[in-house]
Amino acid sequence: MSTATLRHVGFILRGNPVTLVAGCGALFLVLVAIFGPSLVPFDPTTSNVPRALQPPSATHWFGTDQLGRDVFSRVVVATRLDLLIAASAVSLSFVLGAVIGAFSGYSGGTLDRWVGRFVDVLMAFPLFVLAMAMVAALGNRVENIIYATAIINLPFYIRFARAEVNVRRSAGWVEAARASGNSHARVVLLYLLPNVLPAMAVQISLNLGWAILNAAGLSFLGLGVRPPTPEWGILVAEGARFITTGKWWLVMFPGMALMFAVLCFNLLGDGLRDILDPRMRT
Amino acid sequence: MAMAATIAKRAGRRFLSSLPALFGVVVFTFLLMRVLPGDPAIFFASGPNAGQAEIDEIRRQMGLDKPIPEQLIYYLRDITTGNLGRSMTTGQTVVKDLVTRLPASLELTFVALMLALSTALPLGIMAALRPNSAVDHVVRFLCTLGVCVPTFVSGLLFIYGFYYLLGLAPDPTGRIDIFASQPPTVTGFMLVDSLIARDSEAFVAVASQLVLPACTMALFVLAPLARMTRASMLAVLTSDFVRTGEALGLSRLRVILVYALRNALLPVITIMGIVFSTMLGANVLVEKVFSWPGVASYALDALLASDYAPVQGFVLLMATIFVMVNLTVDVLYGIADPRVTIE
Repeated sequence: MSTATLRHVGFILRGNPVTLVAGCGALFLVLVAIFGPSLVPFDPTTSNVPRALQPPSATHWFGTDQLGRDVFSRVVVATRLDLLIAASAVSLSFVLGAVIGAFSGYSGGTLDRWVGRFVDVLMAFPLFVLAMAMVAALGNRVENIIYATAIINLPFYIRFARAEVNVRRSAGWVEAARASGNSHARVVLLYLLPNVLPAMAVQISLNLGWAILNAAGLSFLGLGVRPPTPEWGILVAEGARFITTGKWWLVMFPGMALMFAVLCFNLLGDGLRDILDPRMRT
Repeated sequence: MAMAATIAKRAGRRFLSSLPALFGVVVFTFLLMRVLPGDPAIFFASGPNAGQAEIDEIRRQMGLDKPIPEQLIYYLRDITTGNLGRSMTTGQTVVKDLVTRLPASLELTFVALMLALSTALPLGIMAALRPNSAVDHVVRFLCTLGVCVPTFVSGLLFIYGFYYLLGLAPDPTGRIDIFASQPPTVTGFMLVDSLIARDSEAFVAVASQLVLPACTMALFVLAPLARMTRASMLAVLTSDFVRTGEALGLSRLRVILVYALRNALLPVITIMGIVFSTMLGANVLVEKVFSWPGVASYALDALLASDYAPVQGFVLLMATIFVMVNLTVDVLYGIADPRVTIE
């Protein structure tokens, strides 16, 4: 990055400290995901029934669950899986959506029509219900949560890439690339896509928050990730059984972790959009 | 009269243009469910010890031995005759189950939508009237937080607060307290039914059961509605006709609520489709949290029991409702803004 860009980023961050805080929060989450499992005080899956359902204390910061497992360790260890699911889903739909959308917008014609129809059909479903049905159809496994979340994210990326490529397809530099003997595939992949990607990348952070919510929602329903694997949605689902008897810590702490993660990625996404795409600032 | 004719024509044309998407939905659902693990013929067979001959016979009866395109045609024929199969868990036809359970889901969704709109519009307007004031910041904070709290977490925390700690809410299971007398079913919407039966006790019982799940759902969609109201209200308030209205000496309230709000509502109507999609999804989670006997919890139970016909019916129903909602939004938009024409 040039000094001018850095100065611009610094200027934006000074005027918008929230983005800085959100960025630090997101970085913190990534660090927790990487190092958390080796730092936690208790084994997240070892049960210790005599100490079951204890409220938060100095030993068990977030209390213990119905099998006496340490909720703090489970929430920390779950970070890796949750972030991994969200990140894989978003990158999958980003790559697929960019390529499909770019070719569709570049070619126009039949391909464009069929892609358009496919997107219309996807968008005709309530998206969370579609994800549910897909996990059900493909089988109750973690990778299927990723595929389902990726597919419900896909329409936005396809539409975005298609629209952006479509307005550039007859620009001078694209004509020049074609005239100097590049094949259509090369023009799309090497010339048009790099031009469109920065604007699309802004969407990633915003979508990460949404993907985390969706994946946690699916596993809350009992789809995808299975107990005893620690995952925020499952931790909440297990705690739900004890909420009417006042065991609030089982729901509160994994719920807070979810909220914190979504909040960080949403705020960071808003901030990044301000930095990279000032036209969209509201 | 001419207006009604235009609207009808518009609705008709919009309906025709949504048919391909609806057909795509049916085909997509069909393909999705054909991938579902488990052989339905085995489920329909008499028991786990059913012989291969019996399974083959059932498979032949269900048309599962035919090639996929032919099966699709059978499936389309079944749908047009209203046959969505039979649920293995309840023993009823899926259509019957869905019809008895749909009012519960719709009642919850509509009440939540009303709640969200009646909170989001005033909040958005107040924030737009005083940009960058304390009110504006509070609203922005609420909106930012609202989209981050998963519905299943906020629902459970509501239960903890209002049922366990304060004891204000009733036991969070079902649509009405099991000890209360249930109003006779007329519409299936219990609030309406209890009003028809003039049973104020039942009405209160139903309403108090409904408050927490409806609030949970409303909270989740509050943010996009309030944000959109604020943004479009801000834009409208600086426009010429608002200044003219003020210059003519109209009261501030009249200018804001009649002239500005009416124009500011247009973008809000456009995002109603997305809001509704979010609500249909959130409905699944909320019904699970509050043991709400709606279509979503029905489909979920079936799904976990590998009972595929109800799931298929549910997905189809949701997609159809969503297409209809988009149609309605479009027609409403045409009424609100006659300049808009469809492509």
